[in-house]
Amino acid sequence: MNLKPEPLVYELSSPGRIAVSLPERDVNATPIPASLARTDLPLPELDELTVVRHFTRLSQKNYSIDTHFYPLGSCTMKYNPKVNEQTASLSGWRNSHPLAGDEFSQGSIELIHRLQETLREIGGFEAVSLQPAAGAHGELSGVFMIRAWHQARGDVKRRKMLIPDSAHGTNPASCTMAGLAAVTIPSDAEGGVDLAALRAALDDTVAGIMITNPNTLGLFDPNIEEIARLVHEAGGLVYGDGANMNALTGVFKPGEAGIDVMHFNLHKTFSTPHGGGGPGAGMVGAGSKLKDFLPGPLAVLESGTYRMRMPSKSIGRMKSFYGNFGVLVRAYTYVRMLGAAGLRRLAENAVLNANYLKVLIEGTYPVKYPRRCMHEFVAMGDIAEGVHTLDVAKRLIDYGFHPPTIYFPLIVSEALMIEPTETEDKDTLDEFAEALLKIAEEAKSHPDLLHAAPSTTPIGRLDEVAAARNPVLCYRG
Amino acid sequence: MTIDKNARYRTSHEYARREGASIVTGISDHAQDSLGDIVFVELPAVGKVLKQGEAFGVVESVKAASDLYMPLSGTITEVNAALQGDPALINKDPYGAGWMIKFAPANAAEWDGLLDAAAYEKEAGKE
Repeated sequence: MNLKPEPLVYELSSPGRIAVSLPERDVNATPIPASLARTDLPLPELDELTVVRHFTRLSQKNYSIDTHFYPLGSCTMKYNPKVNEQTASLSGWRNSHPLAGDEFSQGSIELIHRLQETLREIGGFEAVSLQPAAGAHGELSGVFMIRAWHQARGDVKRRKMLIPDSAHGTNPASCTMAGLAAVTIPSDAEGGVDLAALRAALDDTVAGIMITNPNTLGLFDPNIEEIARLVHEAGGLVYGDGANMNALTGVFKPGEAGIDVMHFNLHKTFSTPHGGGGPGAGMVGAGSKLKDFLPGPLAVLESGTYRMRMPSKSIGRMKSFYGNFGVLVRAYTYVRMLGAAGLRRLAENAVLNANYLKVLIEGTYPVKYPRRCMHEFVAMGDIAEGVHTLDVAKRLIDYGFHPPTIYFPLIVSEALMIEPTETEDKDTLDEFAEALLKIAEEAKSHPDLLHAAPSTTPIGRLDEVAAARNPVLCYRG
Repeated sequence: MTIDKNARYRTSHEYARREGASIVTGISDHAQDSLGDIVFVELPAVGKVLKQGEAFGVVESVKAASDLYMPLSGTITEVNAALQGDPALINKDPYGAGWMIKFAPANAAEWDGLLDAAAYEKEAGKE
């Protein structure tokens, strides 16, 4: 990595430098009225080579899955195969225009239709909408659908959504944005939903439950069918948060376990770029009760012609045009390259890798719920007096690894949430575990190394507290 | 972990201490220690009427944001304005200068349902 701190473009600026040569003017000059001209706009002045070097050097400081291991829990930072980029860059897709109309977009609509059908099969749903542009956008769509379903039945008193305390923070946010009140359900001793607390919370004011399975502890809740049964019995519906679908493809169909509506993150499970490389895609699948409420339009095949149509009781559009189409091409490529057997192996290896890593480190970094995990697990990083998870995470940077997710989920103190994904080989997992164990030794012998970390980066430990208390959001030259 | 022996507690780590006819509430020393450096706190308007267990505000550290819950039902009579400029007071002195709200309790009997210092110490020790 290029270790020299890179100056800002403003600091590289020098008066009179210019990076473009404009062609000779062939019309009369039109002066800008003095009342509209600004003289106080401090734009940087740079030559072309300085600009190119500046941004190239910045790009060399990037950390990405193409360069390093990225075990960011709950984010599924898997390798995105390059063939996805090849197909997405085919000119037929790249040059298609969303206003061309169905007749001139048959190939594009067919791809949307094929991906809808494929994801419908993977999830065990009756219909799928590819409109939402992110996971939380899919959640919001799903909560709107649940609300619309109750309203369509004339039941307007269901204002509460139950959310387990292990949920992603986006769940209560989505439900609040949809005008419902979030009610927290505690976890039981095994890390699953506390069934007694769930029973006590269920009444005729509950619109439904938002459940993530496996949950953010990386644990599969074996009571999922019972949870769905209880909620349905009380007149509510079940929303499935599919952020952790990487543990389940080809093994478990959520739609067959009583989940009425669910989103998948194509940018996690289906290998489209994210983490600065987006954009995302948060498709929504629905069962028989909610399929007519899906956001539209959906791709349909009508006597040999593909068309985009709104479902009969649709909540409407959640995005302009047809979702993030380029991302859909990549996800479709990925699914077709893997095939049904490959999708199952994906989940199996994601679970195997997480369990392998867990066994390597759990003697040193305790795991609060020690039963077998799914695609990720949550350890604890306060491994020595005065050493916190944050210090372990920062020290990992010095060993060349992206730190795991820390301090989430909130129900585990000093959480260190690790998701290796299926695309890493045993050597990488071994190296990562070795680094973690070495850091644990340093925590006892040289804790100052952890407190000062990272020391191998262009900029060292940032003062996050000062940044949050006194944010400086604009360049002050 | 320090405990204010004169206060009572919720399992969600808010304390309630009697001061004359009103109740003073903030978060326990254990809670501020688990949250880490607090960077922001949102408090209710004076005069707001809240039920026991309802959220009266939000506390945010670099690790997490958490709702704050009313230990008893009541009407807000005063909020600690100093916390807006210096939320670190909660870390430094949670039971003293880091207090959050004062309120007039609506139902004094709710006091008896709260954990006393010994029971809270046991509860917090489990985490």
